Amino acid sequence: MEAKQNIVERLRSGDRRAVARLITWAEAGDPRFARALSMFYSSIGSAWRVGVTGPPGAGKSTLVNELAIAHRAAQKTVGILAVDPSSPFTGGALLGDRIRMEDRTSDPGVFIRSMASRDSHGGLARAAIDACDVMDAYGFDEVIVETVGVGQAEYDVVSAADTVLVVLCPGAGDGIQAMKSGLLEVADVLVVNKSDMPGADRLIVDLEEAVELRSRKPAGEWTVPVVACSAGRGQGIDAVLAAVEAHRAHLADGRLEARRGEMREGQVRRLVHEGLESELWHGHGYAERSAEALESGAAPYDVAGEILAEIVGRLPGRGTTRTGAAT
Amino acid sequence: MVQRKIRVLIGKPGLDGHDRGAKTVASVLRDSGMEVIYTGLHQTPEMIAEAAAQEDVDVVGLSILSGAHMQLFPRVREELAARGMGDVLLVGGGIIPADDMAQLESQGFTKLFGPGTNTEEIAKWIREEMERRGDSGGDL
Repeated sequence: MEAKQNIVERLRSGDRRAVARLITWAEAGDPRFARALSMFYSSIGSAWRVGVTGPPGAGKSTLVNELAIAHRAAQKTVGILAVDPSSPFTGGALLGDRIRMEDRTSDPGVFIRSMASRDSHGGLARAAIDACDVMDAYGFDEVIVETVGVGQAEYDVVSAADTVLVVLCPGAGDGIQAMKSGLLEVADVLVVNKSDMPGADRLIVDLEEAVELRSRKPAGEWTVPVVACSAGRGQGIDAVLAAVEAHRAHLADGRLEARRGEMREGQVRRLVHEGLESELWHGHGYAERSAEALESGAAPYDVAGEILAEIVGRLPGRGTTRTGAAT
Repeated sequence: MVQRKIRVLIGKPGLDGHDRGAKTVASVLRDSGMEVIYTGLHQTPEMIAEAAAQEDVDVVGLSILSGAHMQLFPRVREELAARGMGDVLLVGGGIIPADDMAQLESQGFTKLFGPGTNTEEIAKWIREEMERRGDSGGDL
């Protein structure tokens, strides 16, 4: 009997179960994912990746659902990754973004995957980028990642997108709040959702001012547009899509390659970090060593400094280290 | 490091609009450390199975209070099987007579919980069943 068809072949042949299982492996840190990725990595890059973030309740899922409808009307296929937080206490998660997208479930041109942020120590960013790669390889034209913009890991996730939409709405804090949260810095397009609600005009003006204050950039650089929409009523979706298209056009001439290259470099850096930490801490007994040193009364910087000096001292072609090791 | 989490999809097939039980079970399973995908009301068996396939869940939980369980459970099972997910655990709750429960459970991979079940018991049963099975995220 012939061997079972390889999962990568199944992915390429349009098998949605292969998409689902590869994402499961990516989430679990299963080495089978890494092996599969090396087989399909060279064939990805054609999907446009849009990150959607913003505070809870801003209407992100509703907007994503509307974007998916618009893409489908234009005969484009869509892969959606919806990230929700895990409980830091139990590790469990309630993932409810599908509720607002459920009408899309029976559409073969749409694939929706919910993902819990889990411990977020690099794991979320890793699994989310991997999931996008899988959906890209499957052949979706558009890939949308939706996440609550609350922490560094979520920030890393959306930063990995080609175009980042930050969704805000009136009544959930003013433009200053948005600036403080650092969300504005990650935005390529600012979307004011629920634009029919009181306070929307004010929020738009605030955001436009905030963007202007930040845009002391050389000519030819991207200026973040502020776009109003009411996703719940299906209004203004065209304007959001037009802004994404404009950003996409702006990224032509090598800018996209640079942006994606940076993203991949960050990904490798995180993978090395994660691997090193796990190897040193759990494979070489540094967890026990640091516990012992601390117990004997040593200060944390001294313990870390000693460990770093030891590790760095063993590296081939030792260079300078920029860590704050005590001397 | 491989870290498998138990993923559960809670669906409400059929026309009845009572989702309090489904939401309670979803919360209990979340609090016991599982990742629970809640899909809302009025799902067709096709929608539930397709969502379960996309989410690659280990368990599908159905809440049925409409009395249509003898039609809906087998339909969901069929739709899951059609997507290569015939061995997914199917867990159900609702107002289901004992005879019907026995008949549905005899179809395999199925466990039903009637009204008054201690919700912790559902989480415990799922966890034990998953442990018994071992690696559910194997090759397709």
